[in-house]
Amino acid sequence: MERTILHCDCNNFYASVECLYHPELRGIPVAVAGDSQLRHGIVLAKNYEAKKCGVKTGNPLWLARQLCPNIVFVRPHFDLYMNFSKMCREIYSQYSDRVEPYGLDECWIDVTGSTWLFGSGAAIANSIREKIKSELGITISVGVSFNKVFSKLGSDYKKPDATTIIPFNDFRKIVWPLPVSSLLFVGRATASLLERKCIDTIGKLAQTDRRYVKDWLGKCGETLWLYANGYDTSPVAAIGEQPVIKSIGNSTTMPRDLINYDEMKITLMVLSESVAARLRQHNLQCETVQISIRGTDLSWIERQEKLAAPCCDSTTIYLKAYELLKKHHQNGKPVRSLGVRACNLSLRRFDQMSFIPSVQKSRSHEAVEEVLDNLRSRFGNKIVQRGIMLTDAALSALDPQTNYHNLVLSTVHSQ
Amino acid sequence: MAKKYIDVAAHFDTNGQIIPIIFWWDNGKCYRIDRVTEIRRAASLKAGGTGIRYTCRILGKNRYLYYDDYARKWFVEINENF
Ligand SMILES: [Mg+2]
Repeated sequence: MERTILHCDCNNFYASVECLYHPELRGIPVAVAGDSQLRHGIVLAKNYEAKKCGVKTGNPLWLARQLCPNIVFVRPHFDLYMNFSKMCREIYSQYSDRVEPYGLDECWIDVTGSTWLFGSGAAIANSIREKIKSELGITISVGVSFNKVFSKLGSDYKKPDATTIIPFNDFRKIVWPLPVSSLLFVGRATASLLERKCIDTIGKLAQTDRRYVKDWLGKCGETLWLYANGYDTSPVAAIGEQPVIKSIGNSTTMPRDLINYDEMKITLMVLSESVAARLRQHNLQCETVQISIRGTDLSWIERQEKLAAPCCDSTTIYLKAYELLKKHHQNGKPVRSLGVRACNLSLRRFDQMSFIPSVQKSRSHEAVEEVLDNLRSRFGNKIVQRGIMLTDAALSALDPQTNYHNLVLSTVHSQ
Repeated sequence: MAKKYIDVAAHFDTNGQIIPIIFWWDNGKCYRIDRVTEIRRAASLKAGGTGIRYTCRILGKNRYLYYDDYARKWFVEINENF
């Protein structure tokens, strides 16, 4: 049976939310700037007025200012964006139980079963668009097609506040002339390789012999070939099947360079506690722990390892982080900054009971830490502390809980 | 148009529904809300933001009261030179 799949993409998401809250900024070029220290900051998002001047996401602020002298920089409000992301998903879920987020501002919705209730894919798309606009005050672009890849192409086709339909019997006419780089998962490297083979449109990729594409690009190439021909059959995940956030991490540059393991332990503990608290806050657990180490010589490494079972308690995360540090860092070599990141996230409620002792242990740690979360939210972070924190006031004073930056930036990077 | 936050007294019923009853203006005066005729989420482009919008009957006139459920504050849209 032919499916009906929508891809909804919020237009200039961060910038639109900022302009909604600041009516005085509408109509003038605005960029959301990644760093409050304007010297080092980059453009995280921009509105159409800024885009018209050639400002691009990732531009350093000085360049944005050069391109567009009357540009206004505003600070990001990640909590607010996450709330808008949630409200969007709530609206989408009024139309189907299959809503799969892709980053903060994009979602696929499978409405195949809902067309009997709400009308055609296009009708649903328009109704969602109107609802988002009147209830949330921002706009979205929607692509309607019979698979996920083409619906995503559709939402990119016409912006802002538009619906694009790519029907099964007509997709070649719309999709095939598009540049091959607009196809999902075709990165810069892949696109330039294909261009060297004189394949610059999706149509040319589709009409190339499948075996050649596989030879050039491996399994990945075969997938792209299938996409180009409209054979993408991947399902839209049901609500709650996968978390929106891909990883949660914190890193910090210490008040002084650290030489020995005892000092690094304190920092790792501070970071692990913050990461674990944020996992619990979002009802997530992690299966992999990653650390990053920057030396005073600006060398930088990142190492990760899987846990015995998914967890969200700081002790388990800390022990793994410390194990990684000892394994990959030579004691005595000074360290400038450390990072701890929880990856491979899943929702906690899909958890199974376990009889493995180490897993049972982390469950009981989690129970204790939930009590701590509660105490800290009521009386402040310092109300209960680990003994290790008392050994060095300067290092334990670091309060990474407020650092949302990494969290959202990593979400952006995962798109 | 601008946004003005106001003090509100509301009725929280056992279903979790919130209905505003009275609100206060700067001058200390309070106004009674006679009737709420519509409740829905709506963006306020004039004041800037989104919230639960209550269409209220006050002194024989319709007026929107917004409850910003994220900031947990009530606001109304006012003329800049009000
Ligand atoms: Mg977008």
